Amino acid sequence: MIRELQEGLFAGGSAEEMINSLFEKIRRSRLNAYNHIAEDQALERAREFDRAPWEGRLAGVPIAIKSSISTKGIETNCSSRILSGYIPPYDAHVIERLKEEGAIIIGKTNMDEFAMGTSTETSYFGPTKNPWDLDRVPGGSSGGSAAAVAAGEAPASLGSDTGGSIRCPASFCGIVGLKPTYGLVSRYGLVSYANSLEQIGPLTANVEDAALMMEAISGHDPRDSTSVKSEGGYLSGLYGGVEGLTFGVPEEYFGEGVDPLVEEAVWDAISKLEELGASWKMVSLPHTKYALAAYYIIAMSVASSNLARFDGLRYGLRLGADQDWHTTFSEIRAAGFGPEVKRRVLLGTYALSAGYYGRYYLKALKVRTLIKQDFERALSAGGADLLVTPTMPVPAFKIGERIEDPLSLYMADVFTVPINLAGVPAISVPCGFADGLPIGLQIIGRHFDEAAVLRAAEAYEDATPYHEAVPKEVI
Amino acid sequence: MAGGDVIIGLEVHVQLNRLHSKLFCGCSTDYHASDPNTHTCPVCLGLPGTLPVVNRRAVEYAIRVALALNCQIQGETLFYRKNYYYPDLPKAFQITQYDFPLGLGGSILIKGEDGEEKKIRITRVHMEEDPGRLVHAGTIDRAKYSMVDYNRCGMSLLEVVTEPDLRSPKEARSFLDKLRNILEYLDVFDGGLEGAMRIDSNISLVGGERAEVKNISSHKGVEKALAYEITRQRSARRRGVAQVQETRHYDELRAITVSIRTKEEAHDYRYFPEPDLVPMRIADWVPKVEAELPELPDAKRERFVAEYGIADDHARSLTSEIRVANFYEVVAKRAPPRLAAAWIADVLKGELNYRDITIDKFSPDHMVEILSMLEGGKITEKGAVEVIRTILDHSGDPSEVTPARVVEAKGLVRAGDDAVKAAVRAAVEESAQAVADYRAGNEKAINFIVGVVMKKTRGRADPGEANRLVKETLDEI
Repeated sequence: MIRELQEGLFAGGSAEEMINSLFEKIRRSRLNAYNHIAEDQALERAREFDRAPWEGRLAGVPIAIKSSISTKGIETNCSSRILSGYIPPYDAHVIERLKEEGAIIIGKTNMDEFAMGTSTETSYFGPTKNPWDLDRVPGGSSGGSAAAVAAGEAPASLGSDTGGSIRCPASFCGIVGLKPTYGLVSRYGLVSYANSLEQIGPLTANVEDAALMMEAISGHDPRDSTSVKSEGGYLSGLYGGVEGLTFGVPEEYFGEGVDPLVEEAVWDAISKLEELGASWKMVSLPHTKYALAAYYIIAMSVASSNLARFDGLRYGLRLGADQDWHTTFSEIRAAGFGPEVKRRVLLGTYALSAGYYGRYYLKALKVRTLIKQDFERALSAGGADLLVTPTMPVPAFKIGERIEDPLSLYMADVFTVPINLAGVPAISVPCGFADGLPIGLQIIGRHFDEAAVLRAAEAYEDATPYHEAVPKEVI
Repeated sequence: MAGGDVIIGLEVHVQLNRLHSKLFCGCSTDYHASDPNTHTCPVCLGLPGTLPVVNRRAVEYAIRVALALNCQIQGETLFYRKNYYYPDLPKAFQITQYDFPLGLGGSILIKGEDGEEKKIRITRVHMEEDPGRLVHAGTIDRAKYSMVDYNRCGMSLLEVVTEPDLRSPKEARSFLDKLRNILEYLDVFDGGLEGAMRIDSNISLVGGERAEVKNISSHKGVEKALAYEITRQRSARRRGVAQVQETRHYDELRAITVSIRTKEEAHDYRYFPEPDLVPMRIADWVPKVEAELPELPDAKRERFVAEYGIADDHARSLTSEIRVANFYEVVAKRAPPRLAAAWIADVLKGELNYRDITIDKFSPDHMVEILSMLEGGKITEKGAVEVIRTILDHSGDPSEVTPARVVEAKGLVRAGDDAVKAAVRAAVEESAQAVADYRAGNEKAINFIVGVVMKKTRGRADPGEANRLVKETLDEI
């Protein structure tokens, strides 16, 4: 997709025209994928490009950015009322990298408020709709980023993935989404939800584009103490095929709670990989059943601390006349946060309280270690090279269907959160349809082995037609 | 104030203000003369999405201090978040240390209430970031609004916590003076800058609950604050009111402490490890920092006694401030060391103290020159004191006032032997009554005649020498 687009641009196409037609499409769209269009900045940069085209792996390519990633001069509100109107004075590391590679930032996409959700329904700006069925959710929390790419409102986008927030919407919208190994992409500029779990990653129309985006955004950044050097080689090794690779199929990821059509599509995919020269075997990740509990305790606890800074004093929402400090910031937070954010902040505050820290947070960290060991064992030398699972247990559900029942929403993350707890990389690629709704195949790799993950995904994509399907609901 | 029933422990916040950048960002620490909120960046303002990165130099400085305070440096250290809401704290948590602090179990020697050397135990030393600074429009309990300055936000702080080993406000002051002295020796700290040292104190009477007194903003204020609090607790006890565990705020303007919360209202800070920073294996850093550790006050004191043959009291006084010690060593290399010690410790320090200025205002060259004139008999001791005072009180160009010029301008050259002898003869002739009294057995009458000699020589005679000559003359006659 990106390659064809760039070929078009360098064959005399106009970046300004291309971006204008994207904006036209976005304005007509019923999806609500964007919170903000950076029209002036994007068009100015496009005109500059048309006048004197620059080099770069993403030269002239329009890219949409999740609203939780800081963009200098462009509103970054995390789809929350409390940050509405907040315009950052600095670019996130990934934004600097995209700009250095020549990309053009076109706007900020809708998301679950502060990335807290699996459906993009908790956004202050209303839900984003799934381009395959407007009555359904696009997944979340990076739902806007996924829907925009699926509907052709952006060739590629960035999302962030704390417990599945890239892979879930990629799966629901029938596109490719990669969550990199923890530490591979700098988090500098990503508004923190759960620091030790999340990574920024690409949402793209195909695997090659994801590899290209990874070449651009990965690598060490001294401003993030948890970031490491990138080995690169995502594009150069992309077409190596799967021959000789062993795929592990975790037994805990099938059975109860998984839609039979999803299960069938994933088994078909495993057969396809076998056809392509790979082998597979059943493996076990025995602590999977504790993952959701551990994940939500860690994420909510840390989030309660991360979100405490939003008090309206320095930026963001301000209500009428100020009272004393405590009253003022309490009123701003009461009005500025939605119910899901409040739920998680309250639960997290409780879990960290004196006397409960050991019982909840510390215990969750211990579970996390066990889960990490599960993955290391399954992916050890002599074991599997990669794991394959469904990304989501079900296809996209209806808007409003689960939002009143938070537990059922949390349960939908069951196959994505263990990956964040373990810190390993995982990609979701389209692997079929259930009653017209896309299904995602999750391929999980060893720490920092994105190259293998991408190579396997590329081989599978090359042998299947699913990524070429276009939703009928959009023009 | 001593009395033996007072128990004091201190938590001292020391700003490592000799660092060039803040603890977790690259902002300059040189903000003291700047407008509010001009030394800030997205990181120290806690803007959404920013991350802290540890200033390694700050950690080295902290290890330096912990070593100098005889602490055990921990193998691995990490940062925690301390969560609370306050307008001066832009992230609504302070990055600090909790479990696994940098240093544990140290000590400092001070001169105790009884004059003996006393060991004050140090519980722990840990690093943390400084919050911003609130400026209230009026006093804290009556202000209509407050303003916040984030220039200070993110400065490197060290918290030094003592065991409850102090027994009086004077001992507390003496501990803080020694601590400050050590910090300045280590070149990590300038105690002269605003907000450099802030003190919280736990204080109780034997058998009573303790009050934590916060917001003591200088090592000088600590004696006043503690004295007030002791008096308050004693008088409450006399009235039969039991002290409860509480936190009190020291109001410097009114010099009183005010209760701000009791134990029941204590904060739950919900400490947990800072996920954006990784644990540091500081054990590996220690050898390098240790090798670079400068000579500390106690060691310097012992060396001064051994190397220069001076009295221990003089050595203690000279080493109680790094700048004075350095000044002394420069002078002692070029003048008789014992004479230099006496003049710097007994005279110059007193004159500086009286004027509340530091020794930087006086040149070691001038001291050497004064001592040399004194030793050569060119000026008297009285004249030497006059020279020092004149130079210190001179407000214009310092090059205009050299000791030689002062001696000349003020006529301080010591009178020659002939001149003194002549003055003695004249004084004896003029003082018939005093001479008669002396002869009648009143030895004190000689003082009157010496006074006349001093007047006649305009003070340039040595009083001892004049006394001897007067006596000689009277006995000859």
